Amino acid sequence: MFRLFLTFFKIGLFTFGGGYAMLPLLQDEIVRRNRWASDEELMDYYSVGQCTPGIIAVNVATFIGYKLHGWFGGVMATVAIILPSFIIICLIASILLRFMHNTWLIHAFAGIRIVVAALIFNTLIDMWRKGVNGIFGYIVFALTLGGLLCLNLSAIWAVIAAGCAGFLYAYTRRRLQK
Amino acid sequence: MIYWLLFYEFFKVGLFAIGGGLVTIPFLFDLAETYPWFTTEELSNMIAVSESTPGPLGVNMAVYAGYKTAGIAGAFCAVTGLTFPSVVIIIVIARFLSRYSKDERVRSVLSGIRPAVLALILMAGAEVGKLSLTTWLNAALFVLFFVIIRKFRFSPILYIVIAAGVGMVLKL
Repeated sequence: MFRLFLTFFKIGLFTFGGGYAMLPLLQDEIVRRNRWASDEELMDYYSVGQCTPGIIAVNVATFIGYKLHGWFGGVMATVAIILPSFIIICLIASILLRFMHNTWLIHAFAGIRIVVAALIFNTLIDMWRKGVNGIFGYIVFALTLGGLLCLNLSAIWAVIAAGCAGFLYAYTRRRLQK
Repeated sequence: MIYWLLFYEFFKVGLFAIGGGLVTIPFLFDLAETYPWFTTEELSNMIAVSESTPGPLGVNMAVYAGYKTAGIAGAFCAVTGLTFPSVVIIIVIARFLSRYSKDERVRSVLSGIRPAVLALILMAGAEVGKLSLTTWLNAALFVLFFVIIRKFRFSPILYIVIAAGVGMVLKL
């Protein structure tokens, strides 16, 4: 339980830029180091987090906490992931503007953004083989990407449509095999 | 009562902002217009700050508004309100998922969703890339980091700390 708290505290402290920036850290801490969940499960948590109310980071934390230690674990993981933000924002709430114009920090964050982009692509490649199986996976991936780019499709509808497609695909395949 | 109001208003944001992150922004602009908690200008600054501080934007904004209005207790109420709906809803879904994860129909739905989630992740990566890869030096650093990350599988935390140092030294 303490380990769960510490892990999510660490993730909360080093996640710059919200939900998706958290993914590489989650994959490293949750899947690789502690083996609390598989890559596939992590993807499922993200898809659920995407279509349910609230912040994705909180949703995923609750999911993993619940899986390990029931509802209390879910609450603990959530508190742990929020606590760093809570402390930091309370500290800078009064000195907000001065903080923003510190050039050293601006340079540091410019560097961090680059590595965050690289980390996200790295995680994407790791998850690719587990997430995309066969032609059907490629088609869904391409269609989703097209929808997001050209039609400005919202993430919720993308997930719902892909879920329906997965169901129909499996259904027709079973029918054809009979 | 201010504590209750903070809890209630951010509870509504938590309940209706589906998709997280940037989806909370329009809700927060509504709050800025309705209550004297923070101005739209402060909200814009906060969006910039949230990009460069740890933690999700919604959480940061709730803490900021709550703290400014009613101190630490106010920040606590706003954050509790914001996260309460998520925690309850996810625990219900997690129960369902752990019970039915072997079910053929649930599995076929999830197998369709996974490639779509990967596309969403790619878009998120591209979004961060668009913000940061503005010069050739940045692009070269991106490639360099990417190669190092693929080759040596250290903790992302280490890379973030190194990148912060590189940013300061090179004045990115």
